[in-house]
Amino acid sequence: MDNFLQQLINGITLGSIYGLIAIGYTMVYGIIGMINFAHGDVFMLSAFIALIIFMILTQILGLGSLPIAFVVVLIAAMALTALWNWAIERLAYRPLRGSFRLAPLISAIGMSIFLSNFVQVVQGPRNKPAPQLPNHVFNLTGGAYDVTLSVRQILIVVITAVLLAAFWYLVKYTSLGRAQRACEQDLKMAALLGIDVDATISITFVIGAALAAVAGVMFVIYYGVVNFADGFVPGVKAFTAAVLGGIGSLPGAVLGGLLIGLIEVFWSSYFTTDYKDVAAFMILAITLIFLPSGILGRPEVEKV
Amino acid sequence: MTAAPQTSPLAETAVSTGQLVPSLRAAAAAACVAFGLSFPIISYHAESNINNELVLGARWPLSFGIAAIVFVFVFLRQMARADWRMWFDRVGSIAAGGMGGALVQAAREGEGVAPPSPARIAFGRYFGPFALGVLALFPLISLGLLGPASSLKWINNYGIQIMIYVMLGWGLNIVVGLAGLLDLGYAAFYAVGAYSYALLSTTFGLSFWICLPLAGILAAMWGIILGFPVLRLRGDYLAIVTLAFGEIIRQVLINWVDLTNGYAGIAGIPHVTFFGIPFNDDDNGFAAIFHLPYTPIYRTIFLFYLILALALLTNFVTMRLRRLPIGRAWEALREDEIACRSLGINTRNTKLTAFALGAMFGGFAGSFFSVRQGFVSPESFTFIESATILAIVVLGGMGSQLGVAIAAAVMIGAPELMRELDWMKALFGQDFDPTQYRLLLFGAAMVIMMIWKPRGLVSTRSPSIFLKERKAVSGDLVKEGHG
Repeated sequence: MDNFLQQLINGITLGSIYGLIAIGYTMVYGIIGMINFAHGDVFMLSAFIALIIFMILTQILGLGSLPIAFVVVLIAAMALTALWNWAIERLAYRPLRGSFRLAPLISAIGMSIFLSNFVQVVQGPRNKPAPQLPNHVFNLTGGAYDVTLSVRQILIVVITAVLLAAFWYLVKYTSLGRAQRACEQDLKMAALLGIDVDATISITFVIGAALAAVAGVMFVIYYGVVNFADGFVPGVKAFTAAVLGGIGSLPGAVLGGLLIGLIEVFWSSYFTTDYKDVAAFMILAITLIFLPSGILGRPEVEKV
Repeated sequence: MTAAPQTSPLAETAVSTGQLVPSLRAAAAAACVAFGLSFPIISYHAESNINNELVLGARWPLSFGIAAIVFVFVFLRQMARADWRMWFDRVGSIAAGGMGGALVQAAREGEGVAPPSPARIAFGRYFGPFALGVLALFPLISLGLLGPASSLKWINNYGIQIMIYVMLGWGLNIVVGLAGLLDLGYAAFYAVGAYSYALLSTTFGLSFWICLPLAGILAAMWGIILGFPVLRLRGDYLAIVTLAFGEIIRQVLINWVDLTNGYAGIAGIPHVTFFGIPFNDDDNGFAAIFHLPYTPIYRTIFLFYLILALALLTNFVTMRLRRLPIGRAWEALREDEIACRSLGINTRNTKLTAFALGAMFGGFAGSFFSVRQGFVSPESFTFIESATILAIVVLGGMGSQLGVAIAAAVMIGAPELMRELDWMKALFGQDFDPTQYRLLLFGAAMVIMMIWKPRGLVSTRSPSIFLKERKAVSGDLVKEGHG
């Protein structure tokens, strides 16, 4: 039971990270029907940006206060990653809008290869260890098997929840969100009704990148190490989460992320860590075969 | 795809002050964006020291340099008011030079509905046999020009390496180009073929010629096993499931240590023999029997002809199958699945045959890979491998066998050529290592080529069924890889 509780905490933490990345996938897929393969690498890039900004703050500017540093790192990483994704969309995907279906996918795969190797070239191939930060750990039970809950884990889950609430409000109640939902339903009709489709799609990429950057900051804090190759597997798992939750559905992406995180953690704990990625991929395959529209997604109507 | 305007962009617009200010503003904005992108990922460099602590080093000049380059580039582009595609077209035509230029020209002529020019017909008719002749003589030419020692590298790194990808591209073309199914996990079948040969030969001592068909059959079987549950999915969903299966197979290869030896891989795989005669310096080796001086080049040349034959077999089978009912069913399925179903085509079996055949050729290529290397490990079958093969197929123009071959030569040959750029060390200093930019440029090239020619280098398709006369149509009219 204690082990179960511990894994639950770990799984929710990991699932929050996946959920944040999954939103980027699900929004882009919803609006232009493209698997944004480079999103996992954008996430990895954001982790690097966050790490370097933290180093600049503490080493060069000599900032002593950790909470202020954290807030600055979070905001700066979100802004800079958003700029990256905006530029990527502008250069690599927008010229291909209206082209055949495979073209943006291949472009995104190329961008993914480019980004991971770009980071390798400019920052070197080795693991980057993050500086050790104080991490208070609460002990929840006094039993033989300690169930621990760390400040980092609370931070990750709370920030994810707050951001999701803000984001949900944005999509549900603002004109920007309405424009996004309109584009999701029908790009051409939305354009005819006076919505700036290009700008809406750009903002979608920007929001997706900002949320991925939050996940990137969390990733660095949680694991304390980042590598240029760290984008691919979390990216695929986050995509799995988006599909599992029902692609195009925002609550679905978060739900899917939590499920994937929990499944991965429980699989590692009760079976073996060797095949944890296999478990995630099997779930992806099984979901798609038996439940193609996901848990919260709408079934696609086939028109003849 | 819209045709680029034919007038010269430079002649069209005279430089005037009215244009100068907006151009400067746009260039300044782009330079600011570039500077923002380069901060902090380029302008600072984080490196671990001896105590495994990260320390920062500043590289501001690089950041400013990038911003300056972007400024100049955007400014010139704004002044010329040319659109991207036009520049890509021009730069591409100039860079590709002779053959590439002719190809681009030929492809462009075929884009419209206009009848192909005589030059294009002649090009289409003679280029294939000509290329084949060059390939057949390639080992002998390089041997004659460079001698046995230095021609080894050319035949091995360029000849064999490119031919493997030509074969993989043609194999995947059956699935993506003909049947229109998007497969992102093709490297899985390549891996199945490679491990089949590696395990069968090291465990049971079977020879390559027995293992080759077995590897093909096993890969095809895996194609059917993996394909069976997923083929009712469409489009991107199929792509992502094939990606998942590709990763599953790789993970199993990594984790099933008892069978596959995990990350360490399988070493000591028997080398290829000349129909039973080994390529070594023994008395009954190839060199001794044919009274030749011993060099390792014979094995390399034999491997080259072997992969050439395998690739041509793939091509031959594909071309023949296109004329058979099954091939026509693939293409019909690609264009309209619902129409096929209502006409009584068994869509599941049709898709499965495409999947299995594509997988089989992947398996052949895999067993060739392992007999050539003598060593296999899961590292050779990552997602990048699948993406590379798919990129070759798409960039080549999916319906076109020739286009795929050319794309393979470009995508595999060009990064290999990067290894030859040692003279650049004189330019950028001794620490400069051109090979580390290989994959960086590879990714960038994929993006740029997609924007330049979304339908591939050969963007025309020749339908296998036609009314009255054979003709080429634009690639935009077919639904390759749509799912």
